[in-house]
Amino acid sequence: MVTTILKSKVVEQKDLSESCSLPDKMGHFGRFGGKFVPETIMPALDQLEKAYLAAKNDPAFNAELEYYLREYVGRPSTLYYAERLTKKLGGAKIYFKREDLNHTGAHKINNTIGQILLAIRMGKKRIIAETGAGQHGVATATAAAMFGIECDVYMGEEDMRRQALNVFRMKLLGTRVIPVTSGSKTLKDATNEAFRDWMASVRHTHYILGSIVGPHPYPMMVRDFQTVIGREVKRQIMEKERRLPDYLIACVGGGSNSMGLFHPFIEDKDVKMIGVEAGGLGPEIGQHASTLTSGKIGILHGSASYVLQDEDGQTLPVHSISAGLDYPGVGPEHSYLKDIGRAKYVSITDNEAVNAFQECARLEGIIPALEAAHAIAYTMKFAPTLHKDEIIVICLSGSGDKDSFEVAKKLGYKI
Amino acid sequence: MNRIDKKFYDLKNKKTPAFIPFITAGDPDLQTTKVLILEFEKRGADIIELGIPFSDPIADGPIIQASYYRALVRGVKVAHILDMVSELRKKSGIPIVSMVSYSIVYKGGCQNFVEKAFKAGLDGLTIPDLPVEESDEIFEIAKKNDFKIVCFIAPTTTEQRMSLITQKSQGFLYYISVVGITGIRDRIPNDVVQNINKLKQMTNTPIVVGFGVSTPEHAKLIGRVADGVIVGSAIIKEVEKYTNKHSTELVKCVGEFVGQLVLGTKG
Ligand SMILES: Cc1ncc(COP(=O)(O)O)c(C=O)c1O
Repeated sequence: MVTTILKSKVVEQKDLSESCSLPDKMGHFGRFGGKFVPETIMPALDQLEKAYLAAKNDPAFNAELEYYLREYVGRPSTLYYAERLTKKLGGAKIYFKREDLNHTGAHKINNTIGQILLAIRMGKKRIIAETGAGQHGVATATAAAMFGIECDVYMGEEDMRRQALNVFRMKLLGTRVIPVTSGSKTLKDATNEAFRDWMASVRHTHYILGSIVGPHPYPMMVRDFQTVIGREVKRQIMEKERRLPDYLIACVGGGSNSMGLFHPFIEDKDVKMIGVEAGGLGPEIGQHASTLTSGKIGILHGSASYVLQDEDGQTLPVHSISAGLDYPGVGPEHSYLKDIGRAKYVSITDNEAVNAFQECARLEGIIPALEAAHAIAYTMKFAPTLHKDEIIVICLSGSGDKDSFEVAKKLGYKI
Repeated sequence: MNRIDKKFYDLKNKKTPAFIPFITAGDPDLQTTKVLILEFEKRGADIIELGIPFSDPIADGPIIQASYYRALVRGVKVAHILDMVSELRKKSGIPIVSMVSYSIVYKGGCQNFVEKAFKAGLDGLTIPDLPVEESDEIFEIAKKNDFKIVCFIAPTTTEQRMSLITQKSQGFLYYISVVGITGIRDRIPNDVVQNINKLKQMTNTPIVVGFGVSTPEHAKLIGRVADGVIVGSAIIKEVEKYTNKHSTELVKCVGEFVGQLVLGTKG
């Protein structure tokens, strides 16, 4: 049953190499993407794009980025064969790309190091960011501390409650955490607030967006910084298996860890890609955050993409046990990959994710982030339907230390 | 002739700047919004900027955001707002420009949205999150209907973008006086006069100033250099004060405040 979704229309190789060169100059991925922001910040986006394109082609910038990723973040992260999980499921061979082993415990730091180096090149004096789970906030606060730059992070009140540990970590790192009390008090509202701050501070402040969402050039730039994940996987799997994997599976919030894994494989058409969204408590409005699987095209936070909106274009409420997936939008490039049939998107409920969280801890001695537990949960359903010599690579996007408290509560433990 | 063009033509002859109050459609309810617009007209407002509430406004500060929230919680829909405008048109010919997020326009489909808005009696749109680069489609559709798309210029706008925007904007140009979001502020930034004068040399399109203009004194200052003054948050703040009072009291008090702003602008 699960395999039927993978019988997609065959995408021509020529189209795939074109897909790889996206976005176009205006930041469009087909009908998705673009720049839908107030005039006040348009010049800053132009400046950012120019600075990024120049840096990208500058060997000195790349050497510096590589230096910090190696010496500070601890890259490359390992590609670990999850042997007991594989045996238990009895199907495909499962590898974990261990982004949880990065400094600060998630993939988010790949992007924040890249962007902060860029901010310094642009002469910006202050950093702002939004955060949901707090992982991007912590990664930003960390980079800001290391480079000695002032940093403010916006975080929804609801998320501050769910992720109290990360709030404290950010404060320790010298960052000001600004509670957001508007709307649903989660990631979407923190993003609004960061944009509003930037409206007023744009001349001297750089906004480090944490996923492949937002106006151009963010979806392109954040993707590029995260593709280190997929580039490493490609090399590592060739060393271990002498061939490419059959399936790449990753969770999709805004979509940065998944796109970081997927993108380097887009032209390898035998490698299938599956993005896993938050199915929350069920398919009713407000109970989930399955943007690609049940949203429609619309505009949110500066780009056109699949989005959960009502018939007027008002953003709908969303829910996920995982703060990092609790977002009504998704990166435009995922919408594009969905439309051309290059990637598939599925959803996993809160309960399935919590179950996978525990299974992974018991079988592999790894406590995954709840976000990543969604990817594991789908793999637990999917791997048994595959042959033993097929290979799955899951992006284990982060560590579950931050979630232990919330899961304990859900399971009825008092800590 | 579009009502906005006619209005600026008349004001030019009278050598007086336009006063443009902003209110949120449906805060506290659409019936009150309609009565408020008629009251503002009576008090000498020239054009109305009618905010269509949006769940995630990026250019707006806490006051307008809260006002949008009050309207949305009560279930205000775009269709209801347009119905209210059609009703209003039986009694008033005051030019009305709607401030609307492109998220809403896009969802309804550009063509469909503009045609419905035009048919209901709106005269134009200002879309704060639609930069010129993405605006070709809507301009083409608007032109067919003699419907105005008003563009924004910010203090951060480069000269190159300024010339692009001044060429495109219709009806008037909306100059954002501050680097930042809408809200009540103590003073008008120093560079406003200089920037307006620069714009005047680039275009004959009327230039209207908004964001942060909060008092009759501010309005007076702006009215001396610009072709129009927009006040938003300060008016919404008044609306907010009376949301739990009877609608007649709200209309009277907010109307008086707008009356003072008109005097400031024209004085
Ligand atoms: C560990 C982890 N994984 C995944 C995500 C989701 O973001 P994205 O889809 O951009 O990878 C987050 C976001 O906070 C996260 O902290």
